[in-house]
Amino acid sequence: MMFNALVHRGRATYAFFERNWNLTRRYWAWEIVWLLYNIVNALSVTFIGAAAEQITGAKVKFDTNSLLLVLVIGTSVWSYLSVTFDGVTDIINMERWEGTIEYTFMAPISRFTHMVGSCLYAVAHGLLFTLIQLLVIAAFFHIDLSHANYLTALFLLLLGSISFIGFGIGAAILPLLYTEKGMQMSFIVKAVLLLVSGVYYPISVLPGWMQPLARISPATYVLEGLRAAIMQGRPLWSPEIWSCTWPLILTGLISVPASVYAFSLAERYAKRTGKLKRNG
Amino acid sequence: MAMQRLLPTLPTSTMADHQEEQDAVLVEEVTKVFTKSRPWLPWQKGEDARTVRAVDQVSLRVKRREIIGILGSNGSGKSTLIRILSTLLIPDSGRVTIFGYDVVRDEAIVRRLINRVSVEASFFKKLSPMENLIYAARLYNLPGHLARERIVSILGRLGIGAARIKQPLEDMSRGMQQKVAIARAFLTAPVLLLLDEPTTGLDPRSKLDVQTFVRELREVHDATILLTTHDLAEAEALCDRVAIIDQGRIVALGSVDELKQEVMRQLGLNVPASMHQVFMHYTASHRITEEDILRYGSWEKAFEALEAMREEEE
Repeated sequence: MMFNALVHRGRATYAFFERNWNLTRRYWAWEIVWLLYNIVNALSVTFIGAAAEQITGAKVKFDTNSLLLVLVIGTSVWSYLSVTFDGVTDIINMERWEGTIEYTFMAPISRFTHMVGSCLYAVAHGLLFTLIQLLVIAAFFHIDLSHANYLTALFLLLLGSISFIGFGIGAAILPLLYTEKGMQMSFIVKAVLLLVSGVYYPISVLPGWMQPLARISPATYVLEGLRAAIMQGRPLWSPEIWSCTWPLILTGLISVPASVYAFSLAERYAKRTGKLKRNG
Repeated sequence: MAMQRLLPTLPTSTMADHQEEQDAVLVEEVTKVFTKSRPWLPWQKGEDARTVRAVDQVSLRVKRREIIGILGSNGSGKSTLIRILSTLLIPDSGRVTIFGYDVVRDEAIVRRLINRVSVEASFFKKLSPMENLIYAARLYNLPGHLARERIVSILGRLGIGAARIKQPLEDMSRGMQQKVAIARAFLTAPVLLLLDEPTTGLDPRSKLDVQTFVRELREVHDATILLTTHDLAEAEALCDRVAIIDQGRIVALGSVDELKQEVMRQLGLNVPASMHQVFMHYTASHRITEEDILRYGSWEKAFEALEAMREEEE
């Protein structure tokens, strides 16, 4: 009985993964557009770093490599966060767009299984996107990665994914409750994370009232940790990395169950008010 | 003079346990009201808060292996009732059980027992029928290899050949898409199948194919089927009993013959009424007066005018 239930969960999780992969294949033109958009965006930002000496008119030798690395890490993490976050909020957005929300929500699976399948694909999709983007950027700029600790970088990115998933599930409540404008509302969550997380600048430059927001954003810790790992080669057990690891564990432990619970309340509310309908 | 409305045959809420076990569906005094809240913003103040009583004190008992039809005009509450049974809507009051399981409290169990075909085929249109159906099969715990065999067989019987199975659904006609939706429901062999206007948009041959499948599902898989339709001939051909719903209330319930006889008696006819007459009688006739007939020229024209007014109100 227990084994059968596990098999069913595994099958259903794979169903979401496979479905999303099939959709990616069928919407291949959109994928290429988004990939190009992300790459062009990342290149534009990184060129600002390359031109820093000319822009500022600095008379002393500028550490361009460090600035480039700060920006490359920022654009890459932001790209990963965006693709993963969009993939998670698509739990609702895509179903509404395609008109399948009622069918999926009456399927004999738990919402948790539904989310696990969708989130696993979102993480895989995000990693692939970011890897391609990094390869292109590496072809444009000569960046010194001799100090990089890749193991720490990968660990922090995957650990941060758990919190991104938590925030994404939380944001998916918006399109569930607001059938017409919910998707656009979920973009706001992403935009605020971009603003406060120190993607392109240290959070110390933010006004004082904004800095506490940076401290609850998982992206802040992923970025700080990745910069320490890639620019200074810090290992997993170093104090710098641990100072980023424990907040990520904490935000993951809080954000995922809280978001799943809030989502279940929102689903219940949607079923009471008739918002769980096909189209907005 | 307004014509009399026939009272529905309602089950009592206190039934013996063993009898309840025999019921596939038990709907007891269910009501669902939708409220459109008053807008917050000052420039939208002209719009008022509105409530629509979509399902109003509905009670219905469906026996195992029964095919029951629900007929009603647009906006009469048929689809709301189906959505409540599908666990997609929570009723405001009353209780619904499916094979003894409460649709709200035992939602997870109920979802294993049911499947639904809605009036619009809900699919990922860029994906092929095979990709869509494999996805559905896995959600219903069907292994991939077994699902593939069944998909080819079911779609083949519905006239969708192997060449079309791997093409995107968006390249198929609406009728073909609806057949794939029906195949999806059959694939999972539900014990309760909810068909919400499943043959709308299908050609006559396809309708017959679907009707054959519906009967087969009952004969082979012991399924109970709840069907909403606007096709009166289909209801007559398929259904053991028919419920007529009007303004959220069940206004008549019985076998096709019983309803025809009753309308014949009420209208004082010499021969049993047609299903068309039965439908017209229960859905609008009680509101049509002789004055209306005089004003609009005929009973049919008065009916059309009243339906148009009601749709405008909604």
